[in-house]
Parts: sequence; structure tokens; C-alpha cells
Amino acid sequence: MAVNELPDNVAITNLDQLVSWCRKNSLWPMPFATACCGIELMATGASRHDIARFGAEVFRFSPRQCDLMIVAGRVVMKMLPVLQRIWQQMLEPKWCISMGACASTGGVFDTYCVVQGIDRFIPVDMYVPGCPPRPEQLLQAVMDLQAKIQREGTVFGREFAGEKAQQPKRALRENP
Amino acid sequence: MPLTPSVFSDDSARNEPQPYLWTLNFGPQHPATHTTLRLVLKLEGERVVDAMPDIGYLHSGFEKIGEHLDFNQYVTVTDRMNYISPMANNVAWHLAVERLLGVEVPPRCRYLRVIIAELARISDHLLCLGAMGLDTGAFTHFIYAFNPREQIYDIFEALCGARFTNSYTRVGGLMHDASPKAIEMIRRFVADLPRALDDMDRLLLRNRIFRERTEGIGLLTREEAINRGCSGPVARASGVTRDLRKDEPYLAYRDFDFRVICAKQGDCFARYLVRMGEMRESLKIIHQAIENLPPGPVNVGDEKRVAIPDKKVVFTTIEGLISHFELVMWNRGFATPYDELYTATEAPNGELGFYIVGDGTQTAYRARCRPPSFIHFALFPHLIRGHTLSDVVAVLGSLNIIAAELDR
Amino acid sequence: MTGGSETGGRVDSPAHIPEPLFSEIVAAVGGARPSEFRGQQRIVVPPERIYDALAVLRDRYGFDMLVDITCVDYLNYRGATDRFGLVYVLTNTEQNKRLVIRCYVNDPNPAVRSVVPLFEAANWLEREVWDMFGIRFEGHPDLRRILLPEEFTAHPLRKDYPLQGRGERHNFPVITRESG
Repeated sequence: MAVNELPDNVAITNLDQLVSWCRKNSLWPMPFATACCGIELMATGASRHDIARFGAEVFRFSPRQCDLMIVAGRVVMKMLPVLQRIWQQMLEPKWCISMGACASTGGVFDTYCVVQGIDRFIPVDMYVPGCPPRPEQLLQAVMDLQAKIQREGTVFGREFAGEKAQQPKRALRENP
Repeated sequence: MPLTPSVFSDDSARNEPQPYLWTLNFGPQHPATHTTLRLVLKLEGERVVDAMPDIGYLHSGFEKIGEHLDFNQYVTVTDRMNYISPMANNVAWHLAVERLLGVEVPPRCRYLRVIIAELARISDHLLCLGAMGLDTGAFTHFIYAFNPREQIYDIFEALCGARFTNSYTRVGGLMHDASPKAIEMIRRFVADLPRALDDMDRLLLRNRIFRERTEGIGLLTREEAINRGCSGPVARASGVTRDLRKDEPYLAYRDFDFRVICAKQGDCFARYLVRMGEMRESLKIIHQAIENLPPGPVNVGDEKRVAIPDKKVVFTTIEGLISHFELVMWNRGFATPYDELYTATEAPNGELGFYIVGDGTQTAYRARCRPPSFIHFALFPHLIRGHTLSDVVAVLGSLNIIAAELDR
Repeated sequence: MTGGSETGGRVDSPAHIPEPLFSEIVAAVGGARPSEFRGQQRIVVPPERIYDALAVLRDRYGFDMLVDITCVDYLNYRGATDRFGLVYVLTNTEQNKRLVIRCYVNDPNPAVRSVVPLFEAANWLEREVWDMFGIRFEGHPDLRRILLPEEFTAHPLRKDYPLQGRGERHNFPVITRESG
């Protein structure tokens, strides 16, 4: 039976869109807060900036309950295995925001023990510049990530399976 | 003076076989550690028999960087040291540099530095107490404490343009003078904060859960506090009447009337009270400083050849441009003595000292930081032994361990 | 410009130890080369006497708080004769005095006696100096690396170690979307 006319309270979409819409509006962040950016992350969650307006206020400290990892602060040699392990413990689908200059590139800490950008070792979806970024910037990143999820998201996670998604973001060049 | 014979090691129990004990890994990614530190706890049931701290999860080589950045550049790195009170670190670093160089900053700069250092102290204590409330189950307390912190961020933003990592001080002065708007904001903040503090007190001070979780927990006696090198609120809560602002007055602290808040009990609750009292004393200092702010320049004059001239002068006059270049060129800069000096300030967490070795250039040969958190975290196994697992977060909260300062 | 004794000198600092007492302390700890810079007094003690010196200072002169232990690597420093200079910052909390004790050690096998039995505060501070400079503290109860991972081999604050390290920071497996 063909539907000629939709009733008032019915909308038609595809399943991918619906699932993405659900996912993007209930991101559960895992605050991997190591340093200064972590305080700004706390400020984002606190009263004035209130990340709850974007549906991402449910900070869970157990990686198994989260789908968004916010790496806030520099990651050093001793911490990187922990970061990788926590990333692996999170369930698919999962996303990662690299918050601040240190997490994205090492920032001012071009030293013997600071990892020069976590994207060398784990996948990253959003980079937030700033040292530390203002809460508004982090909120913008959450919104951008929501847009990305809505744009590319599929029920079975095909967006993660493509050839391009498998490439590490940056070639592993090391300047001696 | 009676001194307790030193217990040989905190870690000595590690080697003895104790098969009946549980071993619990705590951190490095745990909500109550706030940042990154790790504890390996030995538990008998719920009672902590021993704790082995494992640090270095945020070691970023601050002291090595200090040997490669010049005195004005390194202030950006001190921001990231104790990142909940960056201004206090800025002040401590440049005070140390200026003392090495033998430069005395003008009165207006000294007063402004006192004001920003005390604002930083308030912001540090607010976060510490808010998070301590959060860890012991009082989420509202955290929200209450964060609100005035946002006001302090606004003040810092009006002062120097950055809300968080300020880098406001320079060798021989400040980045620039405080604007009248910023001063007005500080006045308003001084008038407003007591109400917020009263609110926080009303929330928690008579809260039975909070008191039972903090009173008598993490006891530290006066002798132990001294022998273990404690300073700041942790030492003062144990009855050590030591405050560098009074004992070795630096900047303009001689001019102000304030009390050193001390307690005798030495438990987590005493540390809470000391921090609370210190915020009120800081308000008194800020009030006196802002009302008696001396006029005049904030930077030392050109004849000292240390302060970078004002941008307006640099861009419009040839003399300003030359003197700016003289200071920032690698082969010019200011000449430091071939000598070394330890300078300590009373940071919010305790004695923050810098040991700087000068080698004639504008870069330190060695920039050692004496971090209070490092000393205080070494206390932790001693404080927690015999208490229960849930007290771990209360003790951690009361010590206010900042990982970036702990590991540098 | 750096003469500065009129302003930065701070001889009026309350932490300054008055003269007859200072000379007495120098003699009591068996120190040499007492010096003063901007009001901060320093005594050089031979490395084998460091424990006794700190014990005397603690028990007889009331320097009951060890504020800091650190080290300086004088590899390319002008006029330096010794490689490592250890710095012990002591405070007398009763009378509010400060004193810096220096002692110099050299390669190979730089080592001094641990002062942990005297000051509990020295425990982690000595571990940090060992970690960063590779100076052994004999008799230390638990001399392990504290800030760097156990498998790290170098002592990074030595002057012959480069700021960017020797590639240790990138020696990790890479996790991609697929493997994660």
C-alpha cells in the first residue's frame, strides 16, 4: 500500500540520520584531564558555561560508559600507554577531542618526555586550539563534532571503516 | 626542640610479604585525583594499610625548558605549573629573577603584584575547597565555589587579556598597568566575595557528612609537619606558625595588616578551615592594597635595562625600539651575575621557591622550582595509613595536589 | 647594574644569620668558603661530611626544616671545577633563619650520603635528584626513579642531554580506528 500523504505527526528520514541525531545529542564525555586544560574543562561543566546545554554533561569517569574522549592537557611518556588503554576500553562508536595546544601538538613543551601530539598514536576527530582553550571554544568543538556525527554517522559505523579513516592523521615524522 | 626519630621509609612495607592484603590501583585516571597521579593502595578490607604514590604522569621537563627560555619567556611555562593559581607562580618567578639581578620594582608594581597574588590565592583555595566538597559528596559546594572563580577569571582577563594562563608579570614590572576598569572590578569582587564565602560555610560547615568525613582524618602533628618539610596551609593547619609573607616579607606585604591563620588539629577539617580563613585574610590584603594603590610607573626605568619598554614607545620612537631590541636579542639582553640564589614566596599551596643559577646571559643556567605539592604528596602514605578507602579522596582534596606542579 | 646591594641586597632580611653565630656554624659543620649573595648565606661542605653537617645544624642550631634539595650540573659553567653541585636549603622555623649548604661531587660515580634519617622530606627530593642527575644517595631507603618511567636510561637534567631527548617520546605503538 503506497502512502500518499503523511499524517501530521510522522516524519520520514533514514535510519542513519535518526541514529546519528540520537548519538550526537547525548554524547557522554570521558574527561581525560591531565593538566591546565582540565580546569577549563571543569569550568565548561560548571555553572556559567554549562555544557549540559549541548547534551554532553554526563561526565563519566569509566571509559566503558563513554563515547567521547576529551583529552585535555599534555600527555607525557608515562601517560601515553594509559591513554591508549583507556581509548581501547571505550566502546564503539567513539570520538576524540584533542583539547588545547599540548594535546594536539605538544604546545610549548617540546621536551624529552612530552608526546608531540596525541594524534600520532590515537585517532582524533576534533582539535581545539588555545592554551588553554576558552570554554566557548570547547563548546564549539562539541557542536562541530555533533555536526560531523550528523553528517557522516552511520548505524554500523561505516564512516570509520573507510581507507582514509584508517590513516594516521599525520605522518610519523620525527625530527631528530 | 623535640624531634621525632625518623621512620625510615614510607615504602619499606612494600617488600614484606603480606599475602592477605588487597592491592588496589588508584589512578592515574581517576575523578578524585583531579589530574594525574597514581596510588597503589594496600587494603585490608576497607582499611588502607599502606599507600605507594607513583608520580611522574605529567612530568614535562619544566626545569629543562627553563634552561632554554629566557627570563621573560619562561613566565609562560610557570603559568602551567600550578595552573589553578598561575598569577602566584608568575609573581614568584619574576621575584626570584629580580632578586638575582638585584632589581627592585616600583611601589605600584609591588602593590599590583600583591593584589594579583592574593587573587590567585583565593582562586586556588576556592577550587581546592570546592573540589574537596565535590569529592566528599557535596556537588553544590563545587558550583558555589566556581562562581567567584569565574569572577576572578574576568578580573584577570581585564588585567592582561588572558583568563587562565596569564603571564602578567615581566622582569622589572608588569605587562602593563591595571586599567581603571580592572581596579573597579577588583573592588566589586572584594565587596562580593564574603557573601559567597558565607554561603559556602553555611553549606558545609555544619554538614554532618562532611564533618565526619574530614574531622580526625589525615592527622599531621607539628613535629612531623616540620620534619617533612610542609609549608603553607598544610603546615599551618598543624600549628606551624610560618608564613613567608610575615616571616620574610617580600613585595609589599610589610605594609598590610593581616593575620596568619593557624589551626592545631592538623586534620582535613583544619586544613579546610585554614584555607577558608586565608581567603578572608587575602580579601583584607586586597582591600588595603587597592585602596592605597600608589601612583607612578609599574616598570623600573630604562636606566636599569631590564624592563621591556611599553609597546607604544617601541612602535613610535627609535629609542624605544633600540632598547626593546637590546633586551630581546640573544647576544645582548641583560647581564646576570655568575651566581645563584634561592628565592621563596608564599604561594597558595605553600612555599614556592625558585633556585636560579645565572650565567651572564638572559637565560637561567638552572631554573629549579621547589614545588609545595611535591613535598605534600610525599606525606600522603603517612596521612592515610589506618584510614578507610573513602578517606583517600578527602585527604587528597585537603592536600590540594596539583599534578603539573608535582611533576613539573 | 647588578651591584644592587642598596636595593636587592636585602642584608636586612630576617632570615639573615648574624655574624658571630654564622662563623661558629661554619666551624661547627666543618665548612669552607662561606659566602653571601643578596643576603643569602652559603657554606660549602665536603661530600663525605654532608650528613654530619646537617645533623649538627638540625640538633645544635635548630635548622629543623629541610626545604629543598637540588642539584646543578656545571658542565660548561665559567670557572667551575666540579661537575655537580648539590644544594640543601635549610630553615630554622623557630628563629626564622635560612641557610644554604652546598657540596660538590664529580663523575664517575657521584654519590653522597642520604639525609633521609635526619629529614623525612629528603626522601622524594633525593629520589628526584637521582632521577634527574644520576647522583646516588647512599643509604637511601628506596632510591628509584620518581618522575620518569623505570625503563628510562638517561638523566635528563644533565647538560649533555638534549632538550628534545633522544627519541624516547615517540617510541610507542600507534592505534588506528581499526585496531582500537
